[in-house]
Amino acid sequence: MNTLKTFAALAVGCGVIGFAGFFAFAQHGEQRTFPAIQADTSAPLQTRIERGRYVAATADCAACHTVPGHAPYAGGYKLETPFGVIKASNITQDKDTGIGTWSLAQFDKAVRHGIGRDGYLYPAMPYPAYAKLTDQDMADLWAYMQTIDPVKQTVVENDLPFPYNQRFLLAGWNLLFFQDQPFTPLPGVTPLVSRGDYLVNGPGHCAACHTGKNLLGGDVAQSLQGGTLQGWHAPDLTPNAHVGLGQWSSDDIVSYLKTGTNRLGVASGPMQEAVENSTQHLNDQDLQAIAAYLKQLPASTDQAAPAVASADAQMVTGKVVMESQCEACHRADGAGVRNMIPAFKGNALVNAKDPSSLLNVLLLGADGPVTAGNPTGAGMPRFDWKMPDDDLAALLTYVRNSWGNSAPAVSAQDVKKAREQLHAQAWLNQ
Amino acid sequence: MTYTRPKADAVIVGLGWAGSLMAEALTRAGLDVVCIERGPYETTNRNFSPNIAADELRYGARREALRPPSVETLTFRNHRSEVALPGRDFSNWVVGYSVGGAGKHWSANAWRFLPSDFTMATRVKERYPKMKLPEGLIVQDWGVTYDELEPHYDRWEKIAGISGKAGVLNGKVQPGGNPFEGSRSAEYPTPPLERSRWNDIFHGTTEKMGLHPFPIPAGTAGAAYTNPLGINMAPCTYCGFCGLYGCGNWSKSSPNACIIPALMTRKNFTLLTECTALKAEKAADGKTVTGVTFIDSDRNIGFQPADIVIFAAFQFDNVRLMLLSEVGKPYDPETRTGTIGRAYNFQTMSYGFLYFENEHMNPFISTGALATQVDDYNGDNFDHSDLGFIGGAGIMALSDQATPMGMTDRVPAGSKMWGADWKKAFSHSYQNYGKIQGQGTSYAHAESYLSLDPNYKDDNGQPLLRMTYEFNENDRRMARFIKGRIGDICKSTGAKTWETVAFPDQPFSPSRAYDSGHTIGGTAMGLDPATSALNRYQQSWDAHNLFVIGASSFPNNGGYNPTGTLSALTLWTAKAIINDYLRQPGLLTR
Repeated sequence: MNTLKTFAALAVGCGVIGFAGFFAFAQHGEQRTFPAIQADTSAPLQTRIERGRYVAATADCAACHTVPGHAPYAGGYKLETPFGVIKASNITQDKDTGIGTWSLAQFDKAVRHGIGRDGYLYPAMPYPAYAKLTDQDMADLWAYMQTIDPVKQTVVENDLPFPYNQRFLLAGWNLLFFQDQPFTPLPGVTPLVSRGDYLVNGPGHCAACHTGKNLLGGDVAQSLQGGTLQGWHAPDLTPNAHVGLGQWSSDDIVSYLKTGTNRLGVASGPMQEAVENSTQHLNDQDLQAIAAYLKQLPASTDQAAPAVASADAQMVTGKVVMESQCEACHRADGAGVRNMIPAFKGNALVNAKDPSSLLNVLLLGADGPVTAGNPTGAGMPRFDWKMPDDDLAALLTYVRNSWGNSAPAVSAQDVKKAREQLHAQAWLNQ
Repeated sequence: MTYTRPKADAVIVGLGWAGSLMAEALTRAGLDVVCIERGPYETTNRNFSPNIAADELRYGARREALRPPSVETLTFRNHRSEVALPGRDFSNWVVGYSVGGAGKHWSANAWRFLPSDFTMATRVKERYPKMKLPEGLIVQDWGVTYDELEPHYDRWEKIAGISGKAGVLNGKVQPGGNPFEGSRSAEYPTPPLERSRWNDIFHGTTEKMGLHPFPIPAGTAGAAYTNPLGINMAPCTYCGFCGLYGCGNWSKSSPNACIIPALMTRKNFTLLTECTALKAEKAADGKTVTGVTFIDSDRNIGFQPADIVIFAAFQFDNVRLMLLSEVGKPYDPETRTGTIGRAYNFQTMSYGFLYFENEHMNPFISTGALATQVDDYNGDNFDHSDLGFIGGAGIMALSDQATPMGMTDRVPAGSKMWGADWKKAFSHSYQNYGKIQGQGTSYAHAESYLSLDPNYKDDNGQPLLRMTYEFNENDRRMARFIKGRIGDICKSTGAKTWETVAFPDQPFSPSRAYDSGHTIGGTAMGLDPATSALNRYQQSWDAHNLFVIGASSFPNNGGYNPTGTLSALTLWTAKAIINDYLRQPGLLTR
């Protein structure tokens, strides 16, 4: 159904411009040149490389361009988008299959402007955010990228079905959703908040997951108020006390980004990868900047709905499941254990309308984050084999509506659907 | 196929407590370390999470966390006049079979030994010059003292997040702790566990008797804790699935919970799992070893060359590896010469099993180390002048029996063991049962030793280890004495009935329930190369780049569980390697 709608929307969008005209426009866009990068290259090369390594960490290039356990930046990581699978490209210095023959200008055109070797890039590559990178960061990043060992590996990036495999259509997407603008500081904020703004909306590309997407994969207007991608719900990052970061102090945010854990929460899924690959390598001042920026965002307007009543049949069953299966680690008061086992109580992810992340870790389990600051790696066991859909649904409803939490009930049907989508195992007693 | 791996600075055999502590110290010092581990890699959330581990049939009855005898066993006989036979089903040889080794499934009694346990030969000479010890009893000093080990005990307790209450802190006796313990430099890192109902009864009873009860040190965190490696532990939940189980919620101190996560982040640490070490290879000059030969999971033979070789396997396996590597002279009981396999010792158990009338013991609230102990009759804490034996036992009320299958024989003597009568007796005694354990010292004897079996081989064609063991007269006298003291306590508790047992009153058998799993010695450390396999740094007298760490080094066992002491000894040896051996390789006792 979505595909049909999307196609219809695309067709209408294209029709407005006129197909031929659009095609010419797209062709023209691909051939564009951009102003040359103005950067200070007076520092010793090694210093610039180290700065570039840091920029690569802030931009989390490795998240997509490195397959865990394989050669760095050799590409091949699969991104599952609503439109199909896209594979990240090889960005090592290999001359045939990587970017070993590229110039800084070509690199800039791809990273900040979304036009690569084969034409328009898919916005799975977060060039709409990277567009905000400064010239200096781009130049340093390129100095670092040129030190990456060449790895010969051909990646077929585009395996999308028609019409999404037609890259020239992205010119239209860009027209609708891509503001190719450099970073502009917010007026009247401290330099710390401004740095945080740059990191969050520029290299950090937090919106890629934490901002909801429309039918065409463009950002919705409710920036950083939560989104769902690849079977995970990335929660609201605004200071909403119920579903956002309202209960986290700046230090909580810093601890979370530095170690993957804090007194309340533990990173899992794509955020765990982001912490391990990216944010743990950021210096404390930059992490404080991110916290300062997030704390000053206007809170989203989502209000807590009334909790499901404790006499509800799901709540009664859910309590028993909680007591028999969860309390050993998450504790009877839902408070978890600081820096290793997430609290249920007051947890934004637990209160989120969308239970995708909860279903994901409950069904499949999750290895814990391992960082230099906290190597514990306390993980979540999988429960797909252990319990039937209705018990798991009751548990989630109970957890989402106890200790002051409130969130929509989860149905057995929701669990069944998640089991299928996540290719989880069936309940053993089935 | 055979292959040789790139040379390492050090190769460690086994990733239990000893191996992981050694690997942590050596990698932190910058050495390139390879560890060869027989078992698979496991993590808490994937392999023994609470939704898997709390399964008594699987882990308590079928003992799935242990190395099965089909993979490797040992042969046993009581006397050397007998032919030893392989153990095919046994109770008290509890060897680990994954990363973490026995440190994964241990019951987490986290003791230090008494200062006198390390120097009993000197102590007997000074305090009991007229005492006549039984013929053949082996009593010798370790060559290392409690004071030398104290900082290493302290470090291990902090890594492991041990819970407890200090009894002697910087020389001053503290209320609530063990007044007999060696002086500690610091309080335990986490608070003592809450007492069980049974602990409470025992505490009150022994206090009234003028004894000195205290909560035992437990490797089950008393609170949320972050160790010096930055690793977090969660508070113990008293779930009762402890000894024989991996801990599902990061509460039980183990290499898996406390050390391996940090090791795995170090680039100079390499772990080879599912690889069985076959032996160390001797250099042409015979004075050093060149590395370790192992068989991998594809049945290929690998060789790991290294400058330093460290055996950190289970006690049995350390002794067997020394015999298979032909380093040092095997012990010959005929001539009483040779050191490898000599000074094998154990743990001498006594018990009181008590049955009350109208109690609510709630035994399901339990841990492997939920105990209140008196040390008034342990080690040399009391005058042995006219007793005719040395040693003693820690006497504890132990609330470690929580799971129903394991308690089905816990009914008063004379109860029917089947049918409606048994059901009635069992349901009554489930809430009314208490256990007093006397965990006794053990001294080695010239007739008890370990050797390679002449008849039975393992899957790799190597001879099995043969155990020749019987309790000796010192054990018997000591255990009978302790049985008497346990009886005194039983009488004072107000229990309706009780029975007391001294294990050495019957021949030793590896199949006896409630016996200890603490199999000790065989490559003893000491000051004299004629009577010890290792010097005071657990370094082989015969190959200076070979170190053997574990309970295999103890010439005698204290009235305590061995893990704390073998861990402290490991860190003591690690310090000697890092500070001295690396600078000038050679015998450290030069």
